Amino acid sequence: MAEFEAGTAAGAERPRPLSPHLQIYKPTLTMVMSIVHRITGAALYFGMLLLAWWLIAAASGPNAYAGFEWFMGRVLGQLLLFGYTWALIHHMLGGIRHLIWDTVHGFEPAEREMLTLATLIGSVTLTLILWVVGYLVMGGPR
Amino acid sequence: MREAPHMRTPMRRVRGLGAAHSGTGHFWHQRVTSVAGIPLTIGMLLVITALLGRSHAAVVQILASPIVSIIVLLFIINTAYHMWIGMQEIILDYVHDEKWKFLSLMANTFFVFAVSLASVYALLRLSFGV
Repeated sequence: MAEFEAGTAAGAERPRPLSPHLQIYKPTLTMVMSIVHRITGAALYFGMLLLAWWLIAAASGPNAYAGFEWFMGRVLGQLLLFGYTWALIHHMLGGIRHLIWDTVHGFEPAEREMLTLATLIGSVTLTLILWVVGYLVMGGPR
Repeated sequence: MREAPHMRTPMRRVRGLGAAHSGTGHFWHQRVTSVAGIPLTIGMLLVITALLGRSHAAVVQILASPIVSIIVLLFIINTAYHMWIGMQEIILDYVHDEKWKFLSLMANTFFVFAVSLASVYALLRLSFGV
């Protein structure tokens, strides 16, 4: 990178050619899902704060844990938790898709569309199933 | 041996470089942690679902059992390294100013260590406390 930048600075008199970026292309499913994979990854990064809060609250005692449960029982907490569940499952399925692509399989047009659509449908379906199970079987967060 | 520098090809200049000056090592580590992350994420989702709505005492009891503790610990450690590489990749893609680049790379390291070690500490303290 340093080498490249040095080269750019030396030829500063004439503008360097730029490769076309996002705004040039028509959005496609695989492209949008690639971006979503990165966004869910970044969201999960900060979502680890929720996991840390949960464990610290549990280790601190019943009062701290009650505070965590209170927050998670509110609308904002539930939304965060639902988003976290979906992002986690979506990022995992997207990761599996990338691992399949890493083996140089699934690159035919129909295959890559199918794989990409499958991760989206799969993540939404699994998240809903998990939440239905969470509420019906486990009684949901209280 | 004094001739050695003349033997160097342009390849020498790109070895071990790249925006983070560390080559393709992280690419591979990201794959390793993503493969490990599949069973660990499934395990983590099962643990969290099983703990929904339970009392504090029951949550502590279950989290402290060795198998559950080990699953959660592995999830935290594996995720910490995976998210550290991932955020570094995002920073290198979007932050081009050298000063901000290194400050955000540093912040990434601090965040990952703080969040993951705090989680590990809480879990171990809770586990050994039972």
